[in-house]
Amino acid sequence: MFVKQLSVFIENREGRLEQVTRVLADENVNILSLSMADTTEYGVLRMIVSDPEKARATLCAEGFSAMLTDVLAVRLEDRVGELHRMTHILCALGLNVEYMYALASSGKRAMIVKASDGEAAAKAVTDGGLALYGNEEMCR
Amino acid sequence: MIWNETKECMSRDELENLQGARLVKLVDRVYHNVEYYRKKMQAVGLLPGDIRGIGDLDKLPFTTKDDLRATYPFGLFAVPLSQITRVHASSGTTGKATVVGYTRHDIDVWSECVARCITMAGLGKSDVIQVAYGYGLFTGGLGAHYGVEKMGATVVPMSTGNTKKLVTMMVDFGVTGIMCTPSYLLHIAEVIDEMGVRDKIRLRASINGAEPWTEKMRQQIEERLGIHSHDIYGLSEVMGPGVAADCSFHRGLHIQEDHFLPEVVDQHTLKPLRDGMTGELVISTLTKEGLPLIRYRTKDLTSIDHTPCECGRTTARLARFTGRTDDMLIIRGVNVFPSQVEAALLEMAGTTPHYLMIVDRVDNLDTLEVQVEMQEGFFSDEIRGLENLSGRIAHGIQQAIGLAVKVKLVEPKSLERSDGKSRHVIDKRTFD
Repeated sequence: MFVKQLSVFIENREGRLEQVTRVLADENVNILSLSMADTTEYGVLRMIVSDPEKARATLCAEGFSAMLTDVLAVRLEDRVGELHRMTHILCALGLNVEYMYALASSGKRAMIVKASDGEAAAKAVTDGGLALYGNEEMCR
Repeated sequence: MIWNETKECMSRDELENLQGARLVKLVDRVYHNVEYYRKKMQAVGLLPGDIRGIGDLDKLPFTTKDDLRATYPFGLFAVPLSQITRVHASSGTTGKATVVGYTRHDIDVWSECVARCITMAGLGKSDVIQVAYGYGLFTGGLGAHYGVEKMGATVVPMSTGNTKKLVTMMVDFGVTGIMCTPSYLLHIAEVIDEMGVRDKIRLRASINGAEPWTEKMRQQIEERLGIHSHDIYGLSEVMGPGVAADCSFHRGLHIQEDHFLPEVVDQHTLKPLRDGMTGELVISTLTKEGLPLIRYRTKDLTSIDHTPCECGRTTARLARFTGRTDDMLIIRGVNVFPSQVEAALLEMAGTTPHYLMIVDRVDNLDTLEVQVEMQEGFFSDEIRGLENLSGRIAHGIQQAIGLAVKVKLVEPKSLERSDGKSRHVIDKRTFD
């Protein structure tokens, strides 16, 4: 039902992002999607990757704060109104979107969503006729 | 002008006799009234009769902040609580405050000492004096306030916080004197310029203390404001501000020797040092009733000069303080120990994360930033979660030290470690 998102804490200083991408490249981890949330002092890099467990372990060993979070990967068609379909479902049930970002990679099209209540959101979107990617499917 | 010529200008012989007589009484008093002291003296086989004058001073054991902590809150008081008219408290190293108590007579003596210091700064009865130290448990505000009242000038109890209001009143009330920390006075000077009222102020003199500062800073204050600036010293355990201050000759701070018997000792061997040699200041409170202290180690570094001063006072002078023997920081006049920050972090996180305190002075105001390394259990994928975290840490530290603090989250292992232990403080302020 959920996919594992890799989150990494990075300070706003030179070269940190480069180090994260280098570690992932060296470990042969593919980045399917990415979003960066930033403040003036630090940022949180959120990624959907091909091997989240390995990526997390390696980054932690390299001294980064990294964690895995369950998020929804909601399949969306490439057409007008598709995103609204999803937000409308969530909104109707009073579910908040903490953050979201798009994924369009390896033939997959999805909106990565962290909702205030993940379980309820998963049920709501599937009940509403939308499909979710599972973790294995995503990483394959 | 000298506030109390009889006491401040007596011959050294007379003064030392007076100190001796008072010391004998002090030792007798604490031996009979304070169990803790009695046990300490018994432990080294000392009876009150063994102390016959100041020549016997070094037979007595030292007192430290640890003794105050061990007897928290009132264990070292030498009178029943019914005779204590006021308490003050300063931050302790591990969360618990150091509590000090005063009898009515102690408050009188304290006010007298502050009155002497204000007079040393050339201020008198017809002056209007703003006290811009914090009022409350901190001894600065109320201590200075009572001194101004005792001296007979008009006191304006500003406390700290609203600098524009302070400047407006400075202009409107025709304020001629101010007592505050030196860094705050420099900040006030900036606000005066911003408000464009430089030619409307009538300030003549300032009495500054409660934080380390330099001769250069004193000159800067004098030039910027066109006033005389004086250094005042004190510590709450001993009394509060007014233990010592400098006269118009600025050759060190006259210590009120009829009430406070000073020694300067080597901080490691604890052996008394000659005049001019820098060491730890040790004070015995000769007249205090509420919380008498025998050979209290101040942890402040200075040297002493017993030669007469051109001003006519015969009291010994302490050189400008050069630092501390411990890791205590003085930030905006508030005593801060890194261990307090550590304890606050421990309380919040369950373990102590690596942290670094960065003290700086921006526009003449001290700032404290605490960098905290991200660790397992801290991290969140949501910015809101991280902001909550830094907010909670800031709040916890603020509760512990009584100072606003900026918390910055940093990556794991990004803070410097030296010799396996991390360095916890970077003080970027310059005191020279």
